[in-house]
Formats: sequence, structure tokens, C-alpha cells
Amino acid sequence: MRVLVTGAGSALMGGVAAQLARRGDDIVCLQRRAVTLPDDVRFSQVNGDLRDLDAVLAATEGCDAIIHGAARVGVVGGWADFHSVNVEGTGHVLHAAHRHGVGRFVYVSTPSVAHTGESLVGTGAEPASTGRKGAFYAESKAVAEQMVLGENSEQMAVVAIRPHLVWGPGDTQLVGRIVERAKAGRLVMVGSGSALVDTTYLDNAVSAHVAALDALRVGAPCAGRAYVVANGEPRTVHELVEGICRAAGVPFEPRHVPARVARGIGSVVERVWPRFREGEPPITRFVAEQLGTAHWFDPRPARDDLGWEPTVSLDEGFARLAAWFAA
Amino acid sequence: MRVIAPDQLTMGWSERVGPRRYAARVADVVDLVRALEVDRPVWIVAQDWGGAIAMGVAVDHPELVAGLVLSNTGIAVPEGRRSPWLIRLAATFGVHRVATRDTALFVRGTGWLSGRRLTRAQRKGLALPYRTRASRKAVSEFVADVPFDDRHPSAATIASVADRVSALCVPVRLVWGSRDPVFNDDFAEDLRRRIPHAELHRIGTAGHLAVLETSVAPSVEAAIAEARHVAPDDRSAETGVRPMWFEVLQKASLSTLAVSDAAADESATHAEFADRVARYATALSERSVKPGDRLAVLVPPSIDLLAVVYACWRIGAVTVVADRGLGLRGLGAAVRSARVAHVVGPGRAIAAARTLRWAPGAQMLSLASMSGAAPAGGLAGLGLPEPHPCDPAAVVFTSGATGPAKGVRYTHGQLCAQRDALRAMYGIGADDRFVAAFAPFAVFGPALGMVTGLADMDVTAPATLTAKALDDACSRIGATMVFASPAALANVVRTASGPLTALAGVRLVMSAGAPVPIDTLRAVGRLCPSAALRTPYGMTEVLPVADISLPDREAVGGGRGVCVGRPVPGCEVRIVSAEHTDGLAQRANGVTGEVTVRTPWMSDGYDRLWLTQERARPMDSATGHTWHRTGDVGHLDEQGNLWIEGRVQHVIHTPNGPVTPVPLEVIAESVHDVARAAAVGIGPVGVQQVVIVVETERRDHQQSRRVSFVPAGSALAAALRAALAPQSIAAVWTTDALPVDIRHNAKIDRTALGSTMERLLSGSSR
Repeated sequence: MRVLVTGAGSALMGGVAAQLARRGDDIVCLQRRAVTLPDDVRFSQVNGDLRDLDAVLAATEGCDAIIHGAARVGVVGGWADFHSVNVEGTGHVLHAAHRHGVGRFVYVSTPSVAHTGESLVGTGAEPASTGRKGAFYAESKAVAEQMVLGENSEQMAVVAIRPHLVWGPGDTQLVGRIVERAKAGRLVMVGSGSALVDTTYLDNAVSAHVAALDALRVGAPCAGRAYVVANGEPRTVHELVEGICRAAGVPFEPRHVPARVARGIGSVVERVWPRFREGEPPITRFVAEQLGTAHWFDPRPARDDLGWEPTVSLDEGFARLAAWFAA
Repeated sequence: MRVIAPDQLTMGWSERVGPRRYAARVADVVDLVRALEVDRPVWIVAQDWGGAIAMGVAVDHPELVAGLVLSNTGIAVPEGRRSPWLIRLAATFGVHRVATRDTALFVRGTGWLSGRRLTRAQRKGLALPYRTRASRKAVSEFVADVPFDDRHPSAATIASVADRVSALCVPVRLVWGSRDPVFNDDFAEDLRRRIPHAELHRIGTAGHLAVLETSVAPSVEAAIAEARHVAPDDRSAETGVRPMWFEVLQKASLSTLAVSDAAADESATHAEFADRVARYATALSERSVKPGDRLAVLVPPSIDLLAVVYACWRIGAVTVVADRGLGLRGLGAAVRSARVAHVVGPGRAIAAARTLRWAPGAQMLSLASMSGAAPAGGLAGLGLPEPHPCDPAAVVFTSGATGPAKGVRYTHGQLCAQRDALRAMYGIGADDRFVAAFAPFAVFGPALGMVTGLADMDVTAPATLTAKALDDACSRIGATMVFASPAALANVVRTASGPLTALAGVRLVMSAGAPVPIDTLRAVGRLCPSAALRTPYGMTEVLPVADISLPDREAVGGGRGVCVGRPVPGCEVRIVSAEHTDGLAQRANGVTGEVTVRTPWMSDGYDRLWLTQERARPMDSATGHTWHRTGDVGHLDEQGNLWIEGRVQHVIHTPNGPVTPVPLEVIAESVHDVARAAAVGIGPVGVQQVVIVVETERRDHQQSRRVSFVPAGSALAAALRAALAPQSIAAVWTTDALPVDIRHNAKIDRTALGSTMERLLSGSSR
């Protein structure tokens, strides 16, 4: 099977490409800058931007399936920046899929597409909601997910996978930021740090996407639906951050900021930061809510419909992370 | 099942078609059922005025009605009671129009009767159809249709229905909110008197709108399901049963010690005790206590308590014994729920019962007023008729550790069977002398033919029993047997010092009521070196179910849960699905399910709680036998030992299936630094996560201070997770006091703890 993997520059999508290639699938990677995967992985790559339809069309040619994981992430930038990559870019990939008769389309989404700011306790994958102010990343992913799921048809089966808080060796988003702040003595804990949050160890997130690809076909139970995937082992934010700091060998000395204060500061920062500064702001309202309220999910839909269960436990994940930092 | 929920004509959202009297409303229901072409008899669920209408339909058109579920209603004003003053007030000229039509007072008042037990939305919903003066005209007419004198146009019709309801053949189930100031418990009793086969489920925490305050759907479902099978009458006449007072009568001429009360420093010989029983029996009978009458015994543990109880049993009165361990409020609620005809106790207890209105209308009998002379011929010469083994003997109360205290009914035959089971199980002989540090057990002493001793302790707090007090009680009678609750034994161990010579002579120590820590038993074993240590397992509804000795418990070793030993001979134990999925089908050895039992000494059932009864007493359709669902989950091992794993409602429903709390707690408590542990689930059923909360130092006394919960340190959390692997544990917290019951200081309220943990782990403020 020939599979297009977009965004293989991230630890997650690179991992997906590598796992598929190792089992014998024919892999094409599409991303802006050339990627390097482990030596034993055989793959071809097209370097290009999602906003460039021709590049997308070229990469898609001859593919049976697409795993679309390229996106603009973070909080820096305006709505136009997020929209052009995450919505229009996804539109390009869908267009290319139709043009080249691709039969299966796995969209890499995020639980934040259904995020309301309330705590989520054992919930399933609620429908993506749009219309939020600020939080351009979540809004653009939500618009794109609705668009993708709307394309489920007799010709092409689609599924959206929402991995929750992926972390592991090489992950710059969560692990990278926590370690950097802990080193600088700027680690902040929102509220008491007692909100229970589920996360996804990198290898499990990778296997979930592979499982989704394998389970997906026209008429399959998962076709046209969204799934939250996570380790199914929620822990308090405090324990998670402490675990990552220990694995990285950095001090765990957080300052506690009341949840309400954090949300307030986050709101202001979210609006003001992009105008005056570059790089990642210290906190946003979205992050404050994510870290201040419980977020854990019902694992049964993914288990039943995708035939997927995590294979690396949280504690094993911490051990592997520690080994990676030590190496 | 098809559900039809009509509005009465001119009421709610229906058309305003002018005044409709009672007879017309009865006809409306009949017309509706016919117009809808319902092809089978219907169950009518009705409340308040609707109840009267439903009864009218049932007596006039029995062919249309399959059964009635009635809630807080009435068909006549109960004897000795005036009509509800609230309705009377509303119907009073002048007040009537203002309250019902000109203002929304009546409409809103209906919602207020239930106070906070209704949600805002429910209260608003009730008043919503009646926002305008015109729309309230119907309310005004409806109140005007309640007859308060015989000249009223509806009076004759309603009186005729009231006279005929006794002829109803369909099942009638009453769901009653007893906090209703309008249709209170008296109205329920009036209906039970008129319809003898009506079953009552009394909800002590609900009021006039019980159908809204609690969910009415389960009651209706249960009523319909129950009516499908007819409960068999397997109460074949039991004969040749030695009555509870048999031993007292046998020994009535002995002048040796029979009962000793260490607290009062009082004792009685067998002859004196039998005389006292006879004296009370005569006095009660003279004060018009009749066979079958319920009598609340508010006598504190003493020789008098035992004498009054045996006197009641002898004359066939039903003892309602609520122990003060329930607390004053719990005790009052218990007595009130049993609707006793008489109250007996010392002056202070009588005054309390009167002031707190525990038993309105009941005869108050002070102990002092019954100290007449013993009848000639003594106990043997009493001319009063004896009760039959099938007659009711007692109502006893559950501890209420897992909800409000429930009344449990026992017949004489069942009490006798229980007595005989205990005698056989513990090899009780003529030479045994028994100290009970728990009143309900002391009552069994004379029936078992044992010299009985009461220890000096605060009965409201079992943990106040000291080693010295227990030794003293034992030495007064030369005790061979001791019964004490686990909390009491723990305190005995803690306060043990100096020589305790009488304890050394004890041959048997029993402890029950809550799980007994093995360390407590071992320590008791050191105080009573010649005693066998036995822990019977059972509950207020069925006791004993199983039994295990300390050496057996040590030999069995660890396992999934707590081993309570093999079922007692004569008691069948079956493990069945707790989710009621496959009826009473027996599960294989090793498979967890609800512990379900059947034995001759099983209680008759719950008192005025037919819904609870229906759930807890399923019938095996193959044999017609009734079983008791204990509410405990556990399994039987290959050797036939019963293991308890928790309560049904405390099972944690994780995505990987159900997880029982006790096995996790047993393992957690083996971890260094953990004194007591609780495993609770948080989140929705089917997706729950397991959370462990531990006390790091044992606290046997409840201390009234703020209880705090903090996350466990990473070392303790890691140790517990390692011990409990492969079970995934979302969080490990510590607390200075787990929520436990007052009586035993041992039963953890995991439901409350789960809610606390869910809140703490949601990220909201501490």
C-alpha cells in the first residue's frame, strides 16, 4: 500500500511514517523541510508547503491512503496564518485525494476541537465545535475536522484521530517546553495541579494512527467518525510534570498560580502577545484551562472500532524517556 | 412498554373546558383509555387528587386496570384525623379565591411543600401552565371539588369509592413521601387498612411530590415486574418449635444467677428473671397491648430490656428495637417509620418520644408504671395465648452505614431458627455464660439458655468498652463466651493493662458487624489465651451466613478480598450477577458476583419498603424459593470459602470491566505506612478510574475537625502502584480520616469518598 504521510517532521508523524515503512508499506512524506528518519526506514519525500496545491497533488499521486498530520501549531500568529495552513491546506489534501482516487483518509486532529473549557471526565469524542474567539489553532483544526468528516463517502473513507497530549523522546511540544522551563526555574503549576489529565505516550499515538488506517474502509464502523486516543491512565498534572522532570533529570520546583489568575493572565497574553513579541508566550487561556481542569476520556470507542489499545504504559514511558535523556 | 401521560382536562396544558367534578374526571380517564384503543389493562400511576380518580376508575372499571401505583393521596380522611389543614384553608371562603385563582399561591405552594428536594426547573415547570389568572380558574375549581362535608356534590361519589376499594383485586403499590404535611403517613395507613393487600414503600426523605423528588420510574417498573409472578406462600405451618422464652420457662424455678448488669450493678436469678418477664407480660396485656401490636422498646441495655422483650414475645407483641447507635435522629426516624402502637421505656425516653413526636397517637408506657406484682403461677401460669411461629416477632434496624436505617421484620419462627443456628454453630451448652457488649446480641442470651452479662459501656459508642469493664462483666458471671463489635474489641486491646483474670477463662470470643482486622483478633487472643476467636459473617437481614476462626483465617492466607469462611450448615450461598443480568444463575467458583443467601433464619423482609424488598428478595422461578441479595459482592473459592470484595454499589466500573474495592484495599494495607485504605471509582460508570485514599496512621476515635485530603508523596504513590499492579491507579491521596460509619468506625462510605475525590481531581478549587 502506498501511503502519503504529511507533517513527518514532527515526532508523531515521523514515527507513523517509520512504522508503516518498516512493515512494508510504500511511504511518501510531505513536509516543508527535508526530514531524516532512522537508517533502516525506506521512504521517499516531497518537500513542499500545504498551501502549494501543486506540491500536494504531486505528492499524492499514486497513493492509496493519506495520513494527514501537517498543521500549524502553537499560539503565535493570526487567524489568517492558521486558516491558510490548517483549513485551506487540508482542503488541498482533500482535493488531491479526490483527484487521485485515494480510498482512505486519516486526519490527525486534536481533542481541543471539542474543548469548552469545562473539565472532561470520561467523555467520548464530542463533535468538533467552531465559533470560539481566540485559540486559533483549536478553531482551525475544528473547522478542518468538520470538513474532512463531511467528505466520508462510498469512494473514500475518512476518520479523525484526536491524540491527547502526546509526549515522548524527541517531542518538542510538551516535554521540550516543560524541561526548558524547569531548567530556567520558570515552571508554573496552574491551580493545585490536582486536575486529572490523560496523556498519550508517543509510541501509543503512533500505533493508534496505524490501527486507524488498518481499520478504515468504506462502511467500517469508524468511517466518518472521530476518536480520542490516550493512554487511558490519567494522572494529576502535578504527577505528570514531576514524572517528566525526573526523567529529564531537571529540578521539579513549580510555582503555583491560582487557576483563575492563570486564566486571566492567559486571556490577556493571548490577545497582546502576538502583537509585540515573537516566540511562545508564557501562558495562554487555553493552556491554563487545559492544565487547570480534568481531561480524560472514554477509551472504549477506539478499542471497539479501531481495535487499538495502548501498549506502552505511562511508567514504562517515563522509563524510556529517562533512557533517551541519559543517552 | 407504552407510557401515556395525560393532563387532566382544564389542568396543565390541556384545554380549559369549564368545571369538572370528580365523577366527570373518572369518566375522562375511562374515555381516554378507550379512545386510544389500548388493548390491555393499564397500570395507573397517580398522585394526590389523581389517586382518588385512579381509585374511582379501578372500582368502576376493574376490567381496564392492571394495577395501581399511588403516591401521597387519599380517598377519605383517616379516622381520628381532620382533613388536611392546608387544603381546608385553601378551600375556606375568601381564602379560596385569593389563594387559588387571584394569586399563584396554591400553585407555587405545591412546589414549596417539597422545598429544596425539587429542582428549580421542576418548581418552575409545575407553575408554568398557571401563569395567568384565567389559567388558574381550573385550580380553583379543583380545590372547590374536594368535599369537606356530606352535602358537597362529590361527597357521595367519593364515599362510595372509599367503601368499595377494599374489593379491588389488582395489585396496589403505595409510594409515600412521609414528609408530606397534607397526605402524611396516616393517609397511607388508611389506604392499607382499606386495601389489605396494598404494599407500602415509605420514603422518609421525600414529601408531597415524592414522584418528582425521587424517581418514580423504578417503582412502577418493579410493581409491574412483581405483579407478573405471584409470591408463593411457602410458610407451611411450623410446629414443635421451642419458643424464644422456652429456656426462661424451663429455668423459672432455679435460684442461680441468670442475668447480670455490670453498669447498674444489678443481677437477677432465673426465678427472678422469669417473674419479671411474667410481670411485664401481665402489665402490658392489662394496658391493652394486643398480639400483633407493635411496641417500641426504648429501654437501655439492662435486665429490664431483656425482660420487656421476652414479655412482648410471650404475649405476641412485636418488639421494635432501635439501638441508640443509630444516633437520636436515626432512632427517631426508625421508630416513626415502624408506626408503633405503644412505646415502652424509662420516663426520660418516653418524654423524648413524646416531645419529638416519634409515635403520634401511640400509648406511652413508662417502665415504672408497670411494676405490679408478679401474677400467681408466674410465667408458666400466664393464661395469655401464645403466638404462632409464623406471627411477627420483631422489627430490627440496619445500621444505616450505607443509607437510612431500614426496618427488618422477623417472625417468631425465624428468630427461633436463628437461635438454634447460633447454638449449633458455637456448640453452646448448658454451662455457657455469655457477656454481650452489643445489646441486640444480649437479647439472645436467655433464649440460648445462657447466663447473660451486660458490660458497663456507652451503648452509643462501642469503642468505649474498656478491657477492665469487659473483664469485670466476665468475672461477675464467670463468662465462657464474649461477643463484642470490632470497634469495642479494638478499644479493649488498647486499654488492656494489669491482670485481666476473667478474660483468661473465656473459651469463645465472637465479633461481627464489620470487618475485624486480623491484628485486633491476634491481640484479643493474647488477652484470652484459651479462647477460640470466631468472626461470623452476616447482616441484620440474615445472620449468620458464614463463620471463620482465627487459625483458619491465618491458614487460608491472602486472596481476592476478605475470607469470611465457609457457609454455616443450613445456609445456602449462591454467587449471582450483581447487575441482575441472569437472574439467580449460580456463578462458577472464583467468579465474582453478588452474595445471595437462603436459610430458614432469614428475616421475613423489609418493613414498609416493598421496592427494596422486591429488589433484595428475588424468587428462583425454578424452585419457588425466595433468596436474599446481600448487597455484598464476593466469590466462593475451590475449598468453599466465601470471600467478600465490597458492596455492590461500591464496585468500580472501569473500561476493562468491574473492579471490586476490598481486594485492592487488602493489598494497599499491606504496604508500609498504610494503616487503612479505600479504593473508589471516579467518573461515569463504564469509564471509571481507580483512586486510592489512605490513612497513614490508624485513628480509632473520630475527631471532630476538618478532614483534609492531600496527594500522597511520590514514594508512597509509587509503592502503592507497584503493589497494586497491574491495576492502573489514577491517583493516590492521603487523608487523616476516611469517612466511616459511627457504629463500627469501620465501614467506609466509598460513595461519598468517590464524590470528594472526583471533585478534588477535577481541578476545581480544593
